[in-house]
Amino acid sequence: MQIHVQNLHKSFGELNVLRGIDLEVPKGNVVAIIGPSGSGKTTFLRCLNALEMPNQGLFEFSDGFSLDFSKYPKKNEILKLRRKSGMVFQSYNLFPHKTALENVMEGPVIVQKLNKEEVRARAVSLLEKVGLGEKMDLYPHQLSGGQQQRVGIARALAIEPELMLFDEPTSALDPELVGEVLSVMKELAREGQTMVVVTHELKFAEDVADHVMFIDGGVVVEQGPPKEILKAPKEARTKQFLDRVLNPS
Amino acid sequence: MDWELFWSSIGPMVEGGIKNTIPLTLLSFTFGLILALLTALARLSGNKVFSGIARVYVSAIRGTPLLVQLFIVFFGLPDLGVTLDPFPSAVIAFSLNVGAYASEIVRASILSVPKGQWEAGYTIGMTYPQTLRRIILPQATRVSIPPLSNSFISLVKDTSLASQILVVELFRKSQEIAARTYDFLQLYITAAILYWIVCFILSLVQGRIEKKLDRYVAK
Repeated sequence: MQIHVQNLHKSFGELNVLRGIDLEVPKGNVVAIIGPSGSGKTTFLRCLNALEMPNQGLFEFSDGFSLDFSKYPKKNEILKLRRKSGMVFQSYNLFPHKTALENVMEGPVIVQKLNKEEVRARAVSLLEKVGLGEKMDLYPHQLSGGQQQRVGIARALAIEPELMLFDEPTSALDPELVGEVLSVMKELAREGQTMVVVTHELKFAEDVADHVMFIDGGVVVEQGPPKEILKAPKEARTKQFLDRVLNPS
Repeated sequence: MDWELFWSSIGPMVEGGIKNTIPLTLLSFTFGLILALLTALARLSGNKVFSGIARVYVSAIRGTPLLVQLFIVFFGLPDLGVTLDPFPSAVIAFSLNVGAYASEIVRASILSVPKGQWEAGYTIGMTYPQTLRRIILPQATRVSIPPLSNSFISLVKDTSLASQILVVELFRKSQEIAARTYDFLQLYITAAILYWIVCFILSLVQGRIEKKLDRYVAK
């Protein structure tokens, strides 16, 4: 088990966004989280990286590291948690004042204080892996959305995270650019990268995920293998959601 | 136009500029920027004590005349046993003044950087100071150059107030010569033109810095 999350709660003031969510991700597995907008799925993902601070919940990692959010965690515990996971954002959030290569090198050089030349070599190979070997000296604004997102993936991978988190990574992209990002993600999954993906791409979830969670109203309504959840859901809410996604008009 | 007076007066004025006006400006602006950054960070920290101190400081400086601040430091502090020379007194007063005004500029430019940039820094494992220094401030700098240039240019001209606390800078030199020759109009216009030249050069420098920092921005 790469990560085990128990009873995660998060509220914003009076609003209870997450009401007791459990998650188990075995090493090398891909978990897809689906759900309507406002269901709490993005908040849940952001809690996994402490970008939102859970009010309650226990995280346990395979190496014995654990974090209990029922009391406010210490700064170095949060840093340790963040170094275990890489985050890919919906809106890429690349550093606009740094080239693609510098974006990827930033984490290992500044945070992990690794040797710059070695990091450079690894960053170049990561960018080649996401198909951007030719573009590494360009600034983000000189890249298309799909290319920026692939740099975002390479940047997250550069810190060699145990867990990769994807927050609707293709939602901001023009339709014809979605494929290039999904194929990079498929490749990662094939290589055995542990991943949690919040997505609207049901086809991707079906093809790639080992496990699908349907979240609504801050709780897990239904979960299981993709074939079961996406093709033969038991819960009415899941059926309704899938119906709306598949037949939008 | 009395050319003989012009040639004999311009030397001392330029000397006052080089020996006092320019060092006073540079030192005050440097210290002022450091103060401004600390004040802005205190305001943004969410810590009630730090943020309260910062608010009172900004309010007090912005709410009182610069000339009065200069007089308090130079003529007032000796009553408390703190007697400073004119130049260091001026540096202190101007630094405090720049710090308060520029802190609002720095604060606004930090806030202008999207929240996602902080988050991106945090997710690759950076601490708050690392994210601030490597990710946020470089982007905030670009936004802050035009308003900070305004402050800098204002400061160049404001240093003429230091003549009132016996700093022998550009304007005081012109006053001293005028007191001997009574050629007020010519001497003060000469001083004005010298300030104008310095400020004109500074606005050229500003343009070059802006151009350089704009290289990573989509047009």
